[in-house]
Amino acid sequence: MTFSRREVLALGLGAAALTVLPAGAHAATSDELIAAFTGGAPMAETGVTITAPEIAENGNTVPIEVAAPGAVSIMVLATGNPVPPVATFNFGPLAAEQMAATRIRLMRTQDLVAVAKMADGSFARATANVKVTIGGCGG
Amino acid sequence: MISRRDFLQVSMAASALYGASGFGNWARLAAQQALTQDDLLSFDTFGNVSLIHVTDIHAQLKPIFFREPSVNLGVGDNRGAVPHITGADFRRLYGIADGSPSHYALSSGDFDALARSYGRVGGMDRVATVVNAIRADRPDALLLDGGDTWHGSLTCYETQGQDMVNVMNALKPDAMTFHWEFTLGSDRVAELVESLPFAALGQNIFDAEWDEPTELFKPYEFFERGGVKIAVIGQAFPYMPIANPRWMFPEYSFGIREENMAAMVDEVRAQGAELVVVLSHNGFDVDKKMAGRVPGIDVILSGHTHDALPEPVQVGQTFIIASGSNGKFVSRVDLDVRDGRMMGIRHKLIPIFSDVIAPDADMAALIDAQRAPFADRLSEVIGRTESLLYRRGNFNGTWDDLICDALLSEREAEIALSPGVRWGPSVLSGQDITREDIWGVTSMTYGEAYRTEMTGEFLHVVLEDVADNLFNPDPYYQQGGDMVRTGGIGYRIDVTKPQGERISNMTLLRTGEPIDAARNYVVAGWASVNEGTEGPQIWDVVENHIRKLGTVTLAPNTSVELIEG
Repeated sequence: MTFSRREVLALGLGAAALTVLPAGAHAATSDELIAAFTGGAPMAETGVTITAPEIAENGNTVPIEVAAPGAVSIMVLATGNPVPPVATFNFGPLAAEQMAATRIRLMRTQDLVAVAKMADGSFARATANVKVTIGGCGG
Repeated sequence: MISRRDFLQVSMAASALYGASGFGNWARLAAQQALTQDDLLSFDTFGNVSLIHVTDIHAQLKPIFFREPSVNLGVGDNRGAVPHITGADFRRLYGIADGSPSHYALSSGDFDALARSYGRVGGMDRVATVVNAIRADRPDALLLDGGDTWHGSLTCYETQGQDMVNVMNALKPDAMTFHWEFTLGSDRVAELVESLPFAALGQNIFDAEWDEPTELFKPYEFFERGGVKIAVIGQAFPYMPIANPRWMFPEYSFGIREENMAAMVDEVRAQGAELVVVLSHNGFDVDKKMAGRVPGIDVILSGHTHDALPEPVQVGQTFIIASGSNGKFVSRVDLDVRDGRMMGIRHKLIPIFSDVIAPDADMAALIDAQRAPFADRLSEVIGRTESLLYRRGNFNGTWDDLICDALLSEREAEIALSPGVRWGPSVLSGQDITREDIWGVTSMTYGEAYRTEMTGEFLHVVLEDVADNLFNPDPYYQQGGDMVRTGGIGYRIDVTKPQGERISNMTLLRTGEPIDAARNYVVAGWASVNEGTEGPQIWDVVENHIRKLGTVTLAPNTSVELIEG
């Protein structure tokens, strides 16, 4: 098993724990997954950020980073994948910062969604569109 | 575009902005139909800092002909905005007289005729004369190279970029950023970059494995000029691993990395930068968007999309300079920087009319020395053309039609695909076509001409995919090339539609029948980004085709039906 340095760092934050969801269990829709995560609570449009390339250099390994200061948990969904859940990052009280980075596989051009659960029980949401292209023909 | 009136209205800090473009002089010259080197270089030195910008030279050491595009469509917010204005509309916008030197240098229309009056443009020996003249006015002027320098000719290919490095080193740039250079392969890029006596910059050049900045390419460099602390931040072409073969430089990752750009601007400001210049290979519309989203950039020297604009474009407090391609222009930007901020700008896009500007003797000798080992190969006449050969424009140029014809004929294909690159000089009607001319529009390190089968459905996907690289309304999703050129098929394109709905009415021209989504077609093309592509080199394919034809005559291409909405 290999870890990227970023994943090791994420784990090394002490209190932070990385939960990688098993793929292929059953394909709940992104809306269902968000509803289950938030319990249907409203989500603020600020408070969580996704950093991802506008166009993936390689759809098989797309570097992404999510951050939500004050979050206890951040769920990441790849809404256009057959199985949307990517990961849910949980942050304990000793976590120095509520940030995590990993690499994900994107089947096609799609929106990534990050939903953060804050310490006060509120939620925030962000989306980022990542294009997966066949490439070539650059000027 | 900035009008004179806007300049007067804009104020920065306490003092009014003094800037004025050099364009007014040009327009008068145009009317007089007379040009001298002194006219082209005349410039009232202004402020305390001078920037000299060259970009997208594409290894054109010698003067060339280069026709500007007649079709260059803007989408979204950039519809109808410069640089997406061409021909007579462009001339009206800038007050350029028809038939004037600036008509010829900056816009399409009557190119074949005007080229005979005004002659070739560019040539690095002429560029050297201009750079030296600016340095005579301002000895500490910064010379900044926007990249796409080590690509685009037979000599550059054969020397793996060494000819351009030797010539540019003699010109003494202060910094450079990159695009096609990476197609030399990462080992060669590293070897050349380590040899450079100037800064190799790219805040968006990252190590692919660690997703961290590289050691080889610094994000920025500081310069102390005219008592001003200047930060030059590099921005390499963001989509190299997508638009060009990723396997040639697997160690590197790019992207726009807007957040990091903003962080770098903050970092250099915190270190005392009084002037922040971005040396960019983003492409013009991407630079415009970035200028509107990243505060604190004073000047963006824009490259990649090969646009030449006679005036800066202002976005907020940022001025964007577009300096053309192929050695055809040099931009001089004089700035007044006082009390820690930019107070004024004066700019001139200097066209390099090769018959007007005297070549610098030392540089001319250096260029000839680079070319001497290849002189016989370069000058060999392969054929002759009755039609003007050009490439630039959103859809097929005549060079592309000739290349596609060569692929169809030499590779016995039903359909040909040719990349929508923006480089490649023109050849006038009635001229000989030399081997150098052919390499000027084909030279690259992955030039193998493949022959394969594609279904009609896949061909549609390819056209849609490339169209979205060009016509996505969000500039950050544009890769800066033109539409893939096609031979053997026609299609309709509605540039206002989203991806998947732009391309329709695909037709096999040979039979007039609609393209069948389920059928396999024999397709020949070149410049595949896939590793292990096999086939003869495209320049050999084109050379063989031209030899057989003897004289090239191309009918007008009506295979693309354009809907602009």
